[in-house]
Amino acid sequence: MASAHVLPSLDEQFEFTGESKRRLLIGVGVGVALVAIGSYLLASGVGEHTHEVAGAGDAAGEGHHYKWTTRLWANVWLNAIYFTGASVIGMFFMSYNYLAQAGWTAAFKRIPEALPAYLPYMCVVVLATFFFAGHDLFHWTNPGLYDTASPDYDPVIAGKSGFLNTPFYLIRVVLYFVLWYVLWRVLRGFSLQEDLYGGTSYYEKSIKYGTAFLVVFAVTSSTSAWDFVMSIDAHWFSTMFGWYTLASWHVTGLAVITLTVITLKERGYLQIVNDSHLQDLGKFMFAFSIFWTYVWFSQFMLIYYANIPEETIYYRERFSGYGGIYKAPFFINILLNFVFPFLVLMTRDSKRTYVILKLAAWGIIVGHYFDFYVNIMPGTVGEHGGFGPIEFGMILIFACGFMWSIASQLEKANLIPKNHPMLEESLHHDI
Amino acid sequence: MSDITGNGKFLVGIYDDDDVVLKAVKEVKNAGVRIHEVYTPFPIHGLDIALGHPRSRLGIAAFMFGLSGTITALLLTAYTESFDWPMIVGGKDSYSPIIYVPVIFELTVLFSALGMVGTFLVSNNLGPTVKPLMYDLRTTDNKFAMAIDLDKNNLVENDIEQILRNSGAAEVNVKQF
Repeated sequence: MASAHVLPSLDEQFEFTGESKRRLLIGVGVGVALVAIGSYLLASGVGEHTHEVAGAGDAAGEGHHYKWTTRLWANVWLNAIYFTGASVIGMFFMSYNYLAQAGWTAAFKRIPEALPAYLPYMCVVVLATFFFAGHDLFHWTNPGLYDTASPDYDPVIAGKSGFLNTPFYLIRVVLYFVLWYVLWRVLRGFSLQEDLYGGTSYYEKSIKYGTAFLVVFAVTSSTSAWDFVMSIDAHWFSTMFGWYTLASWHVTGLAVITLTVITLKERGYLQIVNDSHLQDLGKFMFAFSIFWTYVWFSQFMLIYYANIPEETIYYRERFSGYGGIYKAPFFINILLNFVFPFLVLMTRDSKRTYVILKLAAWGIIVGHYFDFYVNIMPGTVGEHGGFGPIEFGMILIFACGFMWSIASQLEKANLIPKNHPMLEESLHHDI
Repeated sequence: MSDITGNGKFLVGIYDDDDVVLKAVKEVKNAGVRIHEVYTPFPIHGLDIALGHPRSRLGIAAFMFGLSGTITALLLTAYTESFDWPMIVGGKDSYSPIIYVPVIFELTVLFSALGMVGTFLVSNNLGPTVKPLMYDLRTTDNKFAMAIDLDKNNLVENDIEQILRNSGAAEVNVKQF
């Protein structure tokens, strides 16, 4: 409180130590080794269901000869989409805080600011995956579907060709990443200059560009969700899907921000972040876990109630299709993303306890990986899915890369935005 | 308030500034005076901690009201849809709880909201026939009032008045209920 008016030092330089770098490199190395082992096992057919049941023709597998590499690429795609979301949410968080002129987040603003630096790498991975494995992952890229003379002709997908065609798809994907990244560079630039020169002009400009990003993201968050995830099951569609994916990305990003803030605080940085900041971050995770559940359930219930076959097939595949292998991830998804954070983060004390906050954040991060797993895997690998070395290795590679990217961004600037006009308010945040 | 004992005689210190009243609470308490309550036109951060109020139990009350709504909704949907007049909608069993989640959710919210309104009225002594206790009308405008229950303090009136004035009170009045 105001009684002790001794301000902590605002000069804090994060150091990305050689030890941390070594650990992350080991993590990537282990990940690569796991992926290699997993690939070898898959290529030699270990653990594959050898019984080739005739007539297993689900929409995704139709007209395709299944190759083991599909599972490899599906994993790359899954992680790329998941981490694209986690990083772009850093920009989303900054933008709505600027628009709302929220003060309390100023103290740890450099953490969300560091997340979107991972986007260019994810853009390369997404484009490369589409280039090398687009035909294996996306049924709609099969040209026969649009040719009335072809036996593969599919009037439903052909009717969507105005949107689902490769050139337009690639333009959209590049556009998402360029828009998100460029607007982030602008805000990041303002933020770094503000550190040097001070004043409120950078803050006012940030509000304008942050708002522009929100307008862009309002559209692109939905369309990118269709492109990245929903178009895998091209016959099926849900009007809730954009919101649903945004909710999933958002709560993941909030968990990453919370976890990073606590980790930094435990290492002696960000001492100006107090229990009230952490309680508010906990509230954010709690609230948006419920928001995710709300959207997830709305989508599920409408389809369940209406009982239209072309819609229920989506849940049928996940619930009991492919020998029921997606039933466990389907329920883990709901337990980790709703029940766990709802019960754990409900009380005031739990949101002020580091251990519980970290536990909840990890639960959310793992849970939303399962969310994307359940959405992406059945449509791409179907009955060949599972949890093996490839899955674990791929997560490890992407996660270590993400941490490396965050840490090297944090190192580039003072950890506290010392000339941020709202910093004084944030220092006295008390709820 | 309903917990007035004895003859209900109060000393009311009037303060002009929120920082002063917050500081005064600590000083008055340190001088050994028991404070009945502080009335302010707007919430002051840290005031309830300075007064030593126990943690609010509103959360527990809200949870209980919500839970009663959940149970009511479960019973209502089960009774009407599968017992009183069983109906099959969309090929589902006559009682499929998933369908009624919106009803259950809404009644939970409704019960906790109405319950909290009732709690607010009761705990603040508000109602059609109740005359609210006002220690000083200006606390609804721009003044801060600290009420001291004389029956619950061992110090004499003049000493307490002096302590209040020393802590920054602009005026000290006597209020009898």
